[in-house]
Amino acid sequence: MGVRPRRALLATTLLSSLVAASACGGGTADSASGDVTLIVKTFSQFGYDELYKEYEASHPGIKIKEENIGKLGDYTPKLQQWLATGKGAGDVVAIEEGILSQFMAKPDQFVNLLDHGAKELSGNFLPWKWQQASTSDGSKVIGLGTDVGAQGMCYRRDLFEAAGLPTDRDAVGKLWPTWDAYIATGRQFKAKSPDVGFYDSTGGLYLNMLMQSGDHTYYDATNKLVIDSNAAVRSTWDKSIEMVQAGLSADIEQWSPQWNAGFKNGTFATIPCPSWMLGTIEKQAGPENKGKWDVTKVPGNGAVRGGSFLAVPTQSTHQKEAAELAKFLTSAKGQTSAFKAKNNFPSSPQAIDDPAVQDFRNPYFNDAPVGKIFGDSVKALKPVYLGPDNNAIGDRVGNALLAVEQGKLQPGEAWAKAVDDAKRLAK
Amino acid sequence: MATDLRPRTATSTPPGSAPPERPRTGLKDRISRVEVRWSPYLFVAPFFVIFAVFGLFPLVYTAWVSLHDWDITGAGAFVGLDNYVTLFADPDFWNSVHNTLGMLVLATVPQLLMALVLASLLNQKLRGVTFLRMGVLLPIVTSVAAVGIVFSQIFDRDAGMVNGLLGLVNVDAVDWRADKWSSWTAIATMVNWRWTGYNALIYLAAMQAIPKDLYEAATVDGAGRIRQFWSITVPNIRPAIVFTVIMSTIAGMQLFTEPLIFGQGSFAISGGSLRQFQTVSMYMFEKAFRDFDYGYGSAVAWMIFLLITVLGVVNFLITRRSK
Repeated sequence: MGVRPRRALLATTLLSSLVAASACGGGTADSASGDVTLIVKTFSQFGYDELYKEYEASHPGIKIKEENIGKLGDYTPKLQQWLATGKGAGDVVAIEEGILSQFMAKPDQFVNLLDHGAKELSGNFLPWKWQQASTSDGSKVIGLGTDVGAQGMCYRRDLFEAAGLPTDRDAVGKLWPTWDAYIATGRQFKAKSPDVGFYDSTGGLYLNMLMQSGDHTYYDATNKLVIDSNAAVRSTWDKSIEMVQAGLSADIEQWSPQWNAGFKNGTFATIPCPSWMLGTIEKQAGPENKGKWDVTKVPGNGAVRGGSFLAVPTQSTHQKEAAELAKFLTSAKGQTSAFKAKNNFPSSPQAIDDPAVQDFRNPYFNDAPVGKIFGDSVKALKPVYLGPDNNAIGDRVGNALLAVEQGKLQPGEAWAKAVDDAKRLAK
Repeated sequence: MATDLRPRTATSTPPGSAPPERPRTGLKDRISRVEVRWSPYLFVAPFFVIFAVFGLFPLVYTAWVSLHDWDITGAGAFVGLDNYVTLFADPDFWNSVHNTLGMLVLATVPQLLMALVLASLLNQKLRGVTFLRMGVLLPIVTSVAAVGIVFSQIFDRDAGMVNGLLGLVNVDAVDWRADKWSSWTAIATMVNWRWTGYNALIYLAAMQAIPKDLYEAATVDGAGRIRQFWSITVPNIRPAIVFTVIMSTIAGMQLFTEPLIFGQGSFAISGGSLRQFQTVSMYMFEKAFRDFDYGYGSAVAWMIFLLITVLGVVNFLITRRSK
């Protein structure tokens, strides 16, 4: 009886001293130097490593640290959290165009870059890219454009040859001045090669056509949901259904393991490819298929999918330095360097016309002049306004299309469901 | 149990020495009385503190959030039970409840029956019995993600092994993700594969505590193996069965990773084009972390909690009444 409590006391003392000791171990060493460390938050690959080194060399006292999150889908909620809680966003953040509109709704979270001499830079960006990150009255600019997801059409030369179609990229581009011509080519292809899909899945084509079809999609400029009154959405849907019914699809969802394998195995012959997708194709198809994939122009008049901005959150403690860095990274020179590193296509006309971009050929894609193909596509672009729930509604429309592909819904039912889902979501 | 009844010579006062100096130790005595009184609480405290921080607080806070129009920027307006009203009229929510319960039945019933049979086999005198007993535990060591990825390939539409085998007997390839029955089967298969061995070991431990003479008496009375199994083994391991049923129900109601990995593409959280296999925890995740409707997501989370509670009580009543 006399022993146990005393042991208990000992144990408690030990325990608490242990806790205290471990609590002491958590401190972080502070750098005593007067250097400013700028934290840049990015997703995927921005290709800035060389630029950071150059900037640090020319700006003594500035250190740059990039904190990267692989997938945009994982990055978005984190970014929202940092901004909402006022902590953790660092000094420069990357914002993708599909999520930009929700941040534009709260411009106070970002530094007005016009206050940091961004005004004279407007000529360095495609006008619509500049517009996207400016408030409607033009008094505030929260982000500077980095890249644009310029669109091309990737195709398999060997599969085209087997189907008796031309393989030369100019001749292939001439096969499809319009999407109707693309469907006609697809029917021709399927007649010869019934076991190969003409394209991967209808969702990707739908998106590409939608971005070509007008200046807005599911929302009008006042953020009113117009999915069922915007004729452009409906006609794009109908065109997609026509493709499904023509049996052109391989019915393989984008970003699934089967899709990844499909690049290697040749289960589909074409895929609309934004410039940043070339890296994905090269990685998935592997070195043994070098030269089999090629790039040509996309039907219709160019389009854009994706593309980003750099912004400085107001929570940054080095706003001035951060704004300077963002200006440097998004300059024509910075964009050219990022293009060379990771194929991120520039949004600066000066960079697009730079011979380093214009003459760039991608050896994996049969030495396709990707700089020129994407450059032509970008110049044909019209800006498209994307509303607040754009990406979420896009997911639901994509699911409805998939259900038609799977034969689980009739096209009419699927459309009604997509509209209904969008309305419930936006409510 | 051997209890040491010898006096603890090291600490007790040796006989014949001076009597204990009681009056002098007034303070010490009081401390030791406080210690005796409170140290047991101190010992159990870590559990309760951790439970309060990581269990009770989130539970209550989630309830609080669910009464608000709460988005990523923090608390919005207090909306009372609005989120629950919307939830009760939300077809996607009921669809996810339906899916979860369907997969729960498909995953729990065969799993526990197989585990029972497996356990009684492992309870025999077998060659290499330890090896076999450890072997059934292997699936539980495998990571859920790995199980999800491998089984997703096995159940692939174009290149999957199951469709390959079906092809051998001239059955058309099944698009496993396109229908409820097929996707539920594929996901339940993953759960069964992973958890059967674990449950079998729990049953086995319970079976080994059954006195052998019961079986001997039954054998003398002429009862066969199967009769012995149902009349002796099963009733004797009832507590273990109740435990596994409740645990499987809880795990089944929280099913998340397997269907998420089974789904494809960037909107996999929807569990199929028509939400064929979206479970209720996936729906909660979609609402809270994809649509950033934290209030609504919290309402879904509370419904999951209530559903588990109801199912737990039902389980308990059924298994107790049939005693």
